[in-house]
Amino acid sequence: MSSNSLRTPLGKVKGLGSAKSGTHHFLVQRLTALALIPLTLWFCFSLASMPAMDYASFTAWLQSPVSASLMILTVLVTFYHASLGVQVVIEDYVSGHGLRLASIIAVQFVCALLAVVGTVSVIKILIGGAA
Amino acid sequence: MAWNDKRPMSPHLQIYKLPLTALLSITHRITGVGLSAGTLFLVWALVAAASGPESFATVQAVMSSWIGYLILICFTLALYFHFCNGIRHMLWDIGKGLDLESTKKTGPAVLIVALVLTVLTWLVAFAAG
Ligand code: HEM
Repeated sequence: MSSNSLRTPLGKVKGLGSAKSGTHHFLVQRLTALALIPLTLWFCFSLASMPAMDYASFTAWLQSPVSASLMILTVLVTFYHASLGVQVVIEDYVSGHGLRLASIIAVQFVCALLAVVGTVSVIKILIGGAA
Repeated sequence: MAWNDKRPMSPHLQIYKLPLTALLSITHRITGVGLSAGTLFLVWALVAAASGPESFATVQAVMSSWIGYLILICFTLALYFHFCNGIRHMLWDIGKGLDLESTKKTGPAVLIVALVLTVLTWLVAFAAG
């Protein structure tokens, strides 16, 4: 941008997104990815045994504090990682400022909602007692 | 008209054959978005299990059908690919393996490890269940 442009510095940066948060986004994407390394191994092996489980065995499995904790961690970290990741994809492909902002906010709301619903479900199963 | 612009061009995606590094890069993105969509099913299963035996029976019927197994196997394969390539990404971030020679070795390694982990996971599950 030429230095003798008539546009004010504020006018130039408006709509380009907040400053000072790019590094944070990068770091949290990596931190959540790091946390997901052990969680993913646990999750995949659990997932593969799920089709063979009926209601009684599935809830009994999730009523162990270890499984419940790992499942809640997996849900929370995954949705955090997913919302950051999908945000980058939207930023790359959605060009209109309004639509871009709206889709990013929508993705973050949906991810937060799903993370809470998933967590509450695990807690309900956990304290549901002997089913 | 002859093309006489000497400046480098970006590859024409319908003509240029993507090298493995580029294919793996876009696959990381596709699996990332696909896995994000797949998490909907996880929440569905958890909600169903929290709601009671009847609703969970539906989940179990879907998961244990052949199409359910197919989806689950594809999901674990996509997750293991993204997992291995994600580790590759983070090694790049700390400056390891960023040269062309290394990426030509780690690319196929990602594919092989992802496949091995998927097969291992389902072998263990079928042996146990
Ligand atoms: C179900 C679980 C997961 C979901 C839904 C998910 C989703 C995503 C998405 C949507 C992106 C953005 C892709 C892009 O910008 O092109 C991404 C990027 C990334 N993911 Fe995941 N991911 C998951 C698991 C993992 C795991 C287990 C790792 C661990 C190694 C990981 C490592 C990464 C890294 C390092 C990036 C950044 C790559 C880049 O800068 O382009 N992800 N993920």
